[in-house]
Amino acid sequence: MTTKKRYERPIITKINAGVTDKFGMRPKMPIISKIEGVAITDIIAKYGSPAFVISEKTIRKTYNEAKRAFSTRYPNVQFAWSYKTNYLDAVCQIFHSEGAWAEVVSGFEYDKAIANGIPGNKILFNGPDKSKDDLIKAVENGAFIHLDHFDELYELLSIADTSKKRPKVAIRVNMDTGVYPLWDRFGFNYENGEAWNALNRIMLSEKMDLVGLHTHIGTYMMTPDPYAVAASKLAELAVRVDKKYNHKIKYIDMGGGFASKNTLKGAYLPGKDTCPSFDQYAEAITNALINSELDPNKMPTLFLETGRALIDDAGYLVGTVLANKRLSNGRRSMIVDVGVNMLFTSFWYEHEIYPVKEVSANAEDTTIYGPLCMNIDVIRDVIKFPLLQKDDNYVIKRIGAYNMTQWMQFITLRPNIVLIDINGNTHIIREKETNESLTSHERVPAYLK
Amino acid sequence: MKIRNNIAVSETGFVFDPNSGDSFTLNETGKQILNMLSEGKTGSEIKHFFIENFEVEVTTFENNFSEFLMMLQGLNLVEE
Repeated sequence: MTTKKRYERPIITKINAGVTDKFGMRPKMPIISKIEGVAITDIIAKYGSPAFVISEKTIRKTYNEAKRAFSTRYPNVQFAWSYKTNYLDAVCQIFHSEGAWAEVVSGFEYDKAIANGIPGNKILFNGPDKSKDDLIKAVENGAFIHLDHFDELYELLSIADTSKKRPKVAIRVNMDTGVYPLWDRFGFNYENGEAWNALNRIMLSEKMDLVGLHTHIGTYMMTPDPYAVAASKLAELAVRVDKKYNHKIKYIDMGGGFASKNTLKGAYLPGKDTCPSFDQYAEAITNALINSELDPNKMPTLFLETGRALIDDAGYLVGTVLANKRLSNGRRSMIVDVGVNMLFTSFWYEHEIYPVKEVSANAEDTTIYGPLCMNIDVIRDVIKFPLLQKDDNYVIKRIGAYNMTQWMQFITLRPNIVLIDINGNTHIIREKETNESLTSHERVPAYLK
Repeated sequence: MKIRNNIAVSETGFVFDPNSGDSFTLNETGKQILNMLSEGKTGSEIKHFFIENFEVEVTTFENNFSEFLMMLQGLNLVEE
């Protein structure tokens, strides 16, 4: 019996004369056939296509890299896991088992943290939307309430009048750190004196314990310098409080916003080559605190709420090619079974997408579309992509942050999420949705039945 | 469908169209198809050759072959 040759879809490519582009000759696209030693084809066979896959090993490794970067430069460091980045209980539990507290931004997230076994005194409660009931609960549990606006401050003062416990509060401070856009919608402004005014009101009220200062200067910060500016300004506020009231601030919370290694749309170079490392962020922040006028014998604890940079690398989306077709201009388009409904971050990033099995060096300029009947459903506008066929598998890297919280149930149902534990065993940590998952929440009035 | 007379196809899959001055490259399967068309083979003969010699299903090949021919037509490299 003769062995048949490997088949590849026939293509013809026009040669364009001229200078090479900035990247020169493109090497053959690498393949990713396994995640943490588990074959992607096995994952799809067992859990369906598409499927989210999360690597526990990568989460723990990344967390410990970040922790080492800060704790080797500063005496007291505490991470708090940013629930909104990925609040799957299994993911939260991994971070908590590493010692991370919980950072929540709504009553829903607060209750999730409590259900995950996190005591109130290890929860940082951020965000502009904390209901009266949320605040009462947080005061009773001893959570750290990060005040966002004066209405919240006054609401909490009135709660403090009747509560047996004194609220533990920090204020969120927004400021000019030299970056654009300036995030001034959250918290109290530093430059116009609003933050200092809020601190005075808290101290003079004598009804609350001012324990911290918080800021969150932006997202996907591609340079560490603004963190140094922010840390200096918070340190200056802490020193002023100490001078005026003889009151030591217990912690300075630098929020999150560290970039992951994804490439933003329109970026000239890949994110993995340009985004700062944890060490660079840590160097900027800790230097600013250490060089400030803070009392060296009572340095405040440094809190960090980084989310994206801790979880993005641990997430993968695996799926299947649905079809190939030609657009009117001759460009190839490839339709895959993952759309923007479950890969929300494709609006921001040029996601890395790879074949799962060996491919030749031939590739075509390709637009990758999701399966939705919507024109906006584009995963990659243009990518030189190998000649995958219908039913071939692919994998998308670095999707652990935000996709599993900002996803939409739209047109298709959300798939299984699979965790690969540190021993290489797979576990479903969120079951795929069924029609029942959705219709169970619907009600049809009797006259329409 | 035949390759136009003056189209040059090299052994390595390099295609030159003297009318337009355009050059093209082919992958292995594309080169095979173009060579068979140059030899005057019919679509049916090409299909049977691929099914017998390559790891490909009939429907997949038919789909790919038809798309490839459309591209050759679009590039004005073939004639009826």
